[in-house]
Amino acid sequence: MKVLVTVKEVATVEDDFEISGTEIEDTYLDYDLNEWDDYAVEEGVQLAEAGDDVEVVAVTIGPERAEETIRMALAKGADRAVRVWDDAIEDVELLDVETKARLLGAVVEDEDPDLVLSGVQANDDSFGATGVALAEDVGFAWAAVVNALDTEKVLDEGVASVHRELEGGVEELTDVELPAVLTIQTGINEPRYASLRGIRQAQSKEIKPQSLDDLGLDAGVVESSLDITAMYEPETESEAQYFEGDAADQAGALADVLRDKGVVGE
Amino acid sequence: MTDVLAVADHRRGDLRDVSLELLTAGRELADASGGDLHAAVISGDTDEFAEKLNREGVDAIHTVDNGEEFNHDVYVQAVEALVTDLDAEFLVTPNSVNGLDYAPAVASRLGRPYVSDAVGLDYDDGTLEVTREMYGSKVETTVEVEDGPFVVSIRGAEWPAAEDIGDAEVSAFDFAPDEDAIRSTVNGFEEVGGGDVDISEADFLVSIGRGIEEEENIELIEELAEVTGATLSSSRPIVDNGWLPKNRQVGQSGKQVTPDVYLAIGISGAVQHVAGMKGADTIVAINTDPNAPIFDIADYGIVGDLFDVVPELIEQFGGDPPSV
Repeated sequence: MKVLVTVKEVATVEDDFEISGTEIEDTYLDYDLNEWDDYAVEEGVQLAEAGDDVEVVAVTIGPERAEETIRMALAKGADRAVRVWDDAIEDVELLDVETKARLLGAVVEDEDPDLVLSGVQANDDSFGATGVALAEDVGFAWAAVVNALDTEKVLDEGVASVHRELEGGVEELTDVELPAVLTIQTGINEPRYASLRGIRQAQSKEIKPQSLDDLGLDAGVVESSLDITAMYEPETESEAQYFEGDAADQAGALADVLRDKGVVGE
Repeated sequence: MTDVLAVADHRRGDLRDVSLELLTAGRELADASGGDLHAAVISGDTDEFAEKLNREGVDAIHTVDNGEEFNHDVYVQAVEALVTDLDAEFLVTPNSVNGLDYAPAVASRLGRPYVSDAVGLDYDDGTLEVTREMYGSKVETTVEVEDGPFVVSIRGAEWPAAEDIGDAEVSAFDFAPDEDAIRSTVNGFEEVGGGDVDISEADFLVSIGRGIEEEENIELIEELAEVTGATLSSSRPIVDNGWLPKNRQVGQSGKQVTPDVYLAIGISGAVQHVAGMKGADTIVAINTDPNAPIFDIADYGIVGDLFDVVPELIEQFGGDPPSV
């Protein structure tokens, strides 16, 4: 059985930052593995540990810098990785879900996995759509926002028996045929930290570069009718009354409010 | 090609609030484009839902009878058929968990870009401008899409619900799904988050987020809850980490709470969290980041380190802060 895990290197923004044009200046960005993808990697590695002969392949779309992030997935137990990049991708914003789905779709066609695990969303652009669009493009079944997966059923029966996390503390119990794409929600498992041994081993694992040409795609695949035309800090709507002074002053003022509201019990 | 199609969201017999908000957003687009607003409801008690969707500004309602509950394989087929049949220029869906499960696939089938989680929409002369957030609400962006059909999902509680009763024509849409293309089966539902405490009943909630940093530090907030008689709750990451049980989670996927006082400690105030606690009478926030969105909805704010403020607060109520 083969499990493909899509991973994305995402930028998180420091508390204070500057915007230049339609981008946040790079000095205020820190790059890391997307939080949701960390859970997807863990789910894939757990399947590999529970089954015989399960291969976990991580795939990313990203520049050379992203190798550091994808090595984290390898250090946590993925067997090898594929990194899609091309000069033609470098020049676009890569915002369009369909573009990402087609690039990943070409890798899916190439690798022919039984299961694709993808984070529900990325914490930079938060579209929350790539996994489902990918499934549609490659003709796989899918389930979005999965927070439980029955490992045994996947391995023994070839069915993804999942819980989908709906709003308000309700979960939907759904069975999905394989091959399938599951978008993985945070909290589905406890992602491991990479061990020193894992980090060492990751250094010798393969990260296969794939250009558009390698994937049999032409540059038209990255064309999009989506464009970011403005980026700005949202106006603060705060009407809060702030407590000033040192921590003791602030705590004293807050204690007065709490007493005044009559909520502090004995 | 100027019409708008809005697809309602329902679950276990209830039309979800976002459905009526979709009608408001959809009406605005229809006014801007000079088209009609169509609403569609798929599966469930479509007659009852159609009646509830019949609000002022809706021109036509289409019902698709097919089973009781949401199934994305049915929705994808039905919505694609509706958009094609109506020649709709705009497809507006909810950015709900079920919306996430079908809208990207419909956009893909239509060969159109999909823009999710809109908090603002503006249409002018063939171009749709979508306002949406990035980087966890730190920035807002304007995303421009040229040429329709446009596929966009909207965030809940950003548009007001359509209110007055309307006189839309209700008709059954002639649709039969291709059963071979249905590859997922919904077997039921499970309520989660029961247990010893019902945080939605509490008058005073002390709630913690990522700012608590380590599991051991929760002891500090437990002591604060103890000396003030508050109930302990949290934002999602604390539950994801397994530091508190699911029944303590406030937010979209957790509990909705309406205490007299909600004290948010080290919680940034992501939209999913705010959805669960904005109904509190008084909101107090303690956070090191003065720009944290939690301050936008707070009545009282402390910009400061919780590890300095909370021990002082415990002492204010005669407690003995644990060293963490």
